Amino acid sequence: MSRRKAYYTNKIKRAVHLLFYRRHKKSGVKGWELRKALGSDYPKVLKILDKHLKALDLQVKTVFEGEKPVGKPTLDQLNKARFCITLRGELTPKEAKMIGWRIDDLAGLATTIAYIISRRGKAERKKIEELLRSKLPEWKAGINVDRYIRYGYLTQDENEQIYLDWRTYTEVDQKALIDLVLSTET
Amino acid sequence: MQSKRTRMKLGREKLQRIIKTCESVEERSIDPFLMDVEEVISVIKEYFPEWKLPEDLCLDAETIHHLASVIKLQSEWVKHRSTSLYTDPFLLEEKLTRINKEDIINIFLKTWHPTVELEQISIHSLAEAIKYWKSLLPLDERWKEFSPEEIERGFVTREELIKEKIVQDKVFSEELDEFWRKLKIKAEKCEDGKIRYWDFIGAENYGETVRKAFMTSFLVTYGYATLEIYPLEEEIFVKPYQNPSTKIREKQLVSIPIAITVEDWMKWKRGELK
Repeated sequence: MSRRKAYYTNKIKRAVHLLFYRRHKKSGVKGWELRKALGSDYPKVLKILDKHLKALDLQVKTVFEGEKPVGKPTLDQLNKARFCITLRGELTPKEAKMIGWRIDDLAGLATTIAYIISRRGKAERKKIEELLRSKLPEWKAGINVDRYIRYGYLTQDENEQIYLDWRTYTEVDQKALIDLVLSTET
Repeated sequence: MQSKRTRMKLGREKLQRIIKTCESVEERSIDPFLMDVEEVISVIKEYFPEWKLPEDLCLDAETIHHLASVIKLQSEWVKHRSTSLYTDPFLLEEKLTRINKEDIINIFLKTWHPTVELEQISIHSLAEAIKYWKSLLPLDERWKEFSPEEIERGFVTREELIKEKIVQDKVFSEELDEFWRKLKIKAEKCEDGKIRYWDFIGAENYGETVRKAFMTSFLVTYGYATLEIYPLEEEIFVKPYQNPSTKIREKQLVSIPIAITVEDWMKWKRGELK
């Protein structure tokens, strides 16, 4: 094995340890943490890791602070971003059940996220619960919203306004979700 | 022509109205373009030379501050509309209410890429656990046999028990009978053979008042007396029975909480409480 290859193999192993094992309340690792642990060429290490993960239907996901930069991100933007491992492809409904989600709850989550996006990222909790009640048993609406908040998909302020939270930004392709909802024939 | 004072009053009212409108835009997330910023600025400019007092200048600054928030919301609104995420909220809401569960699930699963992670004990919690373990005493030290000090048995007199307040010098039923007798004497002197609750329980000191209220509650519970409550007049009377009522009541028994606070007792002392 060449020295260069051995160098990157070692770094990839360390990156896997950092990215797969949860270290903080929020999943993932900040860019600056990776820089500290892997060195300044960590974006390259992540790129190689991403290639390896492709075969396993996984990917290294970069969640930027604020809006996604247009074009190539700067080193500063990468340092502030959060990196985590997510599924690259799609789950089937059966698989979703196997990872602990009831189909009803997942449908509620999808509806809630789509609704909040349409309301410029902020919606009244009361309105969300009303919308959920049209599809879910009445008693479940509030419980589900609390659950989505607990998981990090949503967050709530003191005025009972609900916003999208870090997990939605990490896991959900918001644009695709809206496009697909709008293009579905009802 | 308006006097200066009237004009200033009108100006203040206008600024307050602007602040209220801005606040409703900020709080209710309504369309920030409903506010005509240019017109608002012209109002602020028009009245600015009038303001001399610090309060008026503060009101002016507050108006500008709220207006700035609305302008910020307008900018965000434009920004959102220009992004690919913008969609008519009503159209989307309509779609969301009409879409069936299976369809929304299939859509979501196409756009959802859940995080892959393993939860494990962290280095920090391991360090804490080791620290705790080190400071933990062995079981034989923690559970040392406890040998209580032996105390010689002896006798106590009734007087000693009374002194320690373990028993009272009278049997409770005797005390209750005596209390009932006092109630009957007092009630006889009053109209209709009943006495106002506070007039009966009220005493020179608060402790005695509480004790009398406590005894009265037993009189009522054991059928020696009854309470007559007039909610509209906010009056409560205690009426003693001539003989204890022992028959089973047909009506459902109810509990009546009566607060005996120091404030009420003081009011009663001042003659302000019935």
